Parts: sequence; C-alpha cells; structure tokens
Amino acid sequence: MVERIPILKMGNFLLLSIQVDMHDQLALDLQEDLTAQIVKHRSRGVLIDISALEIVDSFIGRMLSHIAQVSRILDAKVIVVGMQPAVAITLVELGLSLEGIATALNVEKGMRRLEKMVDDDMILEPESGEARDISVEAGD
Amino acid sequence: MGKRETFPLKQETDIVLIRQRVRKYAEEAKLGIVSQTKIVTAASEIARNALIYGGGGECVVEACSRDGRSAVYLCISDSGAGIADIDRAMVDGYTSGSGLGLGLSGAKRLVDAFAIDSAPGQGTRVELWKWR
Ligand SMILES: Nc1ncnc2c1ncn2[C@@H]1O[C@H](COP(=O)(O)OP(=O)(O)OP(=O)(O)O)[C@@H](O)[C@H]1O
Ligand SMILES: [Mg+2]
Repeated sequence: MVERIPILKMGNFLLLSIQVDMHDQLALDLQEDLTAQIVKHRSRGVLIDISALEIVDSFIGRMLSHIAQVSRILDAKVIVVGMQPAVAITLVELGLSLEGIATALNVEKGMRRLEKMVDDDMILEPESGEARDISVEAGD
Repeated sequence: MGKRETFPLKQETDIVLIRQRVRKYAEEAKLGIVSQTKIVTAASEIARNALIYGGGGECVVEACSRDGRSAVYLCISDSGAGIADIDRAMVDGYTSGSGLGLGLSGAKRLVDAFAIDSAPGQGTRVELWKWR
C-alpha cells in the first residue's frame, strides 16, 4: 500500500491527487504534510484532485473538510476537483454536504477558479498578504 | 447459492480490502455504476463503525438474487459493546464519538434493504442488500 500522497508545488499553489484508497494513517499524514507545505512555501491555494477516488465516505468527507478548515486558517484557498458523477450522487444521498468546500469539474477549471479566488482575496484585503507573512515568520 | 466470502475486519486496511471486494461482487451482479458506488460506500461506513465502535469483527459478502434479480448481500458483525438505543443511533447527525453521525442513517438510504441487530453486550450485526 502507498505510504504517502505526493504534494506538488506549482508557483503559489500546491497540487495533490488522491489516487489511492485512503485509510486513517494516510489521511493523517496527508493533513500533516499539507499543513507543513502550506507554511513552508506560503502557498495561497491548494488544488485537490479526487478524480481517481471511487467512493467518498464520511471519513474522506471529514478529511476534506478538515483540510479546508486548516488551510483557511493558514490563509490558503482550497478547491476539490474531478469528483466522479456516481460519487457525487452517492454523497448527496449519504447526507454529506461538503459545505464550505469549493469544487470544480476538472483540473483546468479548478486552477482558473483557484487563481480567481486568490486574486479576489488580494483585491478585497490588500493587507492580508502582509499580516500573513508576519504571522508565519513569528511562528518560525 | 452464489459465491460467498468472509473477510476479517481488524484494522483500517481491512476496510480498504472489503471495499474492493464489494466492488467486485457488485460488478459481477451487473449493478450500475451508481448502485456499485452506493453499496461500496455503505459497506465502508458500516465496516468503519464495526472497527471503531465494535472493536472489529468480520464481513460476509455474498452474491445472491432477489426476485430473479442479481444482488449483493453483506453482513458486517462485531462482538463489541452493542448499541443500547438503535432508533437514536439511526438518526441523522447522532454520534457518540466525533463523527458526523451519518454512517448508519446514510448507509440505510444507500441500499435497497437494511437490517440492524444490536443489544448492549451482544455486539452489532448489520445486513445490507443492493440488487440490480
Ligand atoms: N458497530 C457498532 N457498535 C457500537 N456502537 C455503534 C456501532 N455502529 C454505530 N454505533 C453507534 O451509533 C452511532 C451512530 O453511528 P454513525 O455511523 O451513524 O455515526 P458516527 O460513526 O458517529 O459518525 P460518522 O459515521 O458520520 O463518521 C455511533 O456514534 C455509535 O455510538
Ligand atoms: Mg460511522
């Protein structure tokens, strides 16, 4: 079984693709790795591709929500892309809303949306970039 | 009677294996992709409950038929603490832990037939059916 999910850095963004059946340890490691990478690279956005996932259960749903929450605190936007239609239908019936998590159909659309989310954020809050840098530095 | 297998449910990674086997049975029963996804998701929820709350157990997967339609049958059981108030446990949003409380109620919505048998000290057994 896979030991860790690779996280790629692309400019201000981090990209990761969940290709394997998640289990507890893998999910915990991913949350930890991702948080560390956001801080290290001062990433502004995270794109999570789940097109290879054949199911999303409440466990994965909780993991995605958790990642989104932590990223928000670190001032990075998150977008989840590529959910299979059968997975989306099942999620709704299961009752999982994935509230507060932005989604897009595929990687290209997700990338554009993420760029826009980050741009909008900089226009709305010109100070936030600075405040963020200071708080990150203080934590080092 | 169709093919039948029993899988142990002792650790996290067993859930991954159970999901893969349930998928295989669902494909062989010629369930559509949405139905396959639903029974696999339901299996994942119930298996995780058996592991977390029931201390582990086992999962029986069987190929069967129902009124001439091919079907998948699952029986996931544990010999843990059991559930004192099943009605409450089946309510959307009820959790005794840190979950979302969607596993039991959601799994029931995802399958065609659902049965739960549990009592304090007697463990828990959940049966699920999905047919074509
Ligand atoms: N096999 C079991 N043994 C003992 N108690 C159980 C078992 N399965 C479920 N329960 C009880 O029923 C409650 C509801 O279960 P359910 O799966 O709906 O929610 P959850 O597991 O708490 O959260 P979620 O599944 O959304 O992550 C659990 O919190 C637990 O108290
Ligand atoms: Mg549960």
